[in-house]
Amino acid sequence: MGDVRNGIATRAGAMILAPVGWLAKVFDAPLRMLQRRTGSNGMAVFFLAPNMLVFGIFVLFPLVINILYSMTGGGALFLGERTFVGADQYGRLFSCGSYLDPKSCTEDLFWIAVWNTLAFVVLQVAMMVAVALVTALVLNRELRARSFWRAVFFFPVLLSPVVVGLIWRWILQRQGLLNLMVFEAGGTPVNWLVERNWAFTAAIMVSVWAHVGFYALILLAGLQAIPKDLYEAAEMDGTRPMRVFWRITLPLLAPNLLVVLVLTLIRAVQIFDEIYVLTGGGPGTSTLFLTQYIYEVGFASMLRNPGLASAASILMGAVLVVLTLIQLGIARRNEQRGKMR
Amino acid sequence: MSRVAEFLFRRRGGAGWHWTDVFTWFWLIGGLIVMFGPALWLVNSSFKTPAALAEFPPTVLPYVTAEAVVEGYEEPLQLFEVRNDDGSVRVLAEVRRLGTVAQMVDPANPGEIIRVNIKNRTPKRSIAFALDNYVQPFLAFDFFLYLRNSVFVTVVATLITLLTNSMAAFALSKYNFRGRSAVMMLIVATLMVPLSVILVPLYSVISAMGLFNSLWGVILPTVATPTGVFMLRQYMLTIPDELIDAARMDKASEWQIYWRIILPLTAPALAVLAIFSVVWRWNDFLWPLIVLSRKEVYTLQVGLNTYAGQLNVQWHYILAMTVVTMIPVVLVFIFLQRFITTGIAGSGLK
Repeated sequence: MGDVRNGIATRAGAMILAPVGWLAKVFDAPLRMLQRRTGSNGMAVFFLAPNMLVFGIFVLFPLVINILYSMTGGGALFLGERTFVGADQYGRLFSCGSYLDPKSCTEDLFWIAVWNTLAFVVLQVAMMVAVALVTALVLNRELRARSFWRAVFFFPVLLSPVVVGLIWRWILQRQGLLNLMVFEAGGTPVNWLVERNWAFTAAIMVSVWAHVGFYALILLAGLQAIPKDLYEAAEMDGTRPMRVFWRITLPLLAPNLLVVLVLTLIRAVQIFDEIYVLTGGGPGTSTLFLTQYIYEVGFASMLRNPGLASAASILMGAVLVVLTLIQLGIARRNEQRGKMR
Repeated sequence: MSRVAEFLFRRRGGAGWHWTDVFTWFWLIGGLIVMFGPALWLVNSSFKTPAALAEFPPTVLPYVTAEAVVEGYEEPLQLFEVRNDDGSVRVLAEVRRLGTVAQMVDPANPGEIIRVNIKNRTPKRSIAFALDNYVQPFLAFDFFLYLRNSVFVTVVATLITLLTNSMAAFALSKYNFRGRSAVMMLIVATLMVPLSVILVPLYSVISAMGLFNSLWGVILPTVATPTGVFMLRQYMLTIPDELIDAARMDKASEWQIYWRIILPLTAPALAVLAIFSVVWRWNDFLWPLIVLSRKEVYTLQVGLNTYAGQLNVQWHYILAMTVVTMIPVVLVFIFLQRFITTGIAGSGLK
């Protein structure tokens, strides 16, 4: 199996490399001259250059000037034309009568987005981890055609957010498939995407539907890495299956569960694409989340305010940095634990 | 492995169904319906005419109502099967409907108006696939252009990603130079900087470079993927250094070592990155939405969203184009699913 897979991969790789081969020949002579000047080790800089150049221009530089943007005001796009306002943008975001009541805030939309995102993160992450865990446990059983079943749950992961949003908009619309089922079951059809609570529920369900296969796969890999002798030992002691689950499976899966938990958190905080296509943030502001707020304030709204959008994105970025540091910490600990084992 | 599973959820007494068996099948069959059902329903709906789409309750098969041109009437009239009092059935064309009574004519004898209670008539329909849903968007709208733009972005971005990422990975895995760990740290650090955090300044960078409303503005910011560099570096670390030393003895240049030795040996990892890159770039939405504001440069995703966001949504076209947008990814899924699942399980790449 692995050989076949590698064979296909090598052939696919060779096809991709064909144009590179042609390019490579053209570049060989000038690069030899370069190498004569730099020495072989100096060529490292040359190999690193294209990636780091793109990286510097499109990631690092924007990251640095984002801080400057958040300290300027006005509608101008380029930093040089903008006026310095210090921490005013942050002050505006945080000027609230009560943080619990968005209506009392100057930037009420920001706080609506913050609270919506928080509620979404809590509910979606809990549901995602639970469904992914159950799916992984089911897929880890002795199944005929396991790769087929794994594919079933993984399928939506590859779909684009626009496709996901439109598929579900079509099903949840007033005359859609879900209402047909409700109707057939004798209930009254509901306008799912027009009622606030239903729209919010739909946002959670759809995002779980779209991504759960990915996390189930990570957990499945974790389950398959648990040493079998532990289960054999438990079997010899006549331990009950549920006890085995709580005492062996769950503790040994904990590192993977933690990775999945943090990854879902990081992605739930940034939720945007599929929900934007599904509900457009509505009805009203009931599914308006942080990234959409940043997008609207920065680009779409009539009252464009890039500085404010920058300030909000930096606040969101700070949360993500903390979460990512936790993730990297966990990854490193898992790696060390793996070496010890 | 199978013994573990067997033990985890073994059947009591070796026979009969334990509740976990029932639950497993419930979850699998339920998953099959919930995961595939919506997409199948979309494909199914995409073959229906606007009239069939507007029906509630919707039918499973794509029906079209039959119409006939009747002498004396300009518009084609809809055909109905009318049940007579004696139980016989005949086909009549409806002229107009007044309350519960329909005025109908016999297409063979258009002079005489027949009054029929609407309870006694059912629309005459036949199964037909509305292929027009697929043809029209390409002819009358700009979907061919969107498709071309999407293919261009996907192919070019993937090629550049493979080249730049593999070069960087080569430098980071096979050379010792000052600042190597600093560069690695820098790349790790950017894992923390998703696009949504740098939208505004990145937009100004793109505008300053004149790349606003250009497909290059979509391609360039995405090509320096930290995950790609990482994955390739991990793979290259397993290539023995002796190969490189031997090549240097044979007077191969560093560039030749890269493309003649390292790249071919990294092919499996490059293939995985290529698959991921194709899916990523094909599916990209937020950044193209910001950079592309003119219709000529829309990608499929942005174009689709624009049409779906209009006040009067033409669902029959939207559904068909959603299916078209889905096709490449479904192909990747069917033929390359194994790579992707092993890729994810191995590296947590997404």
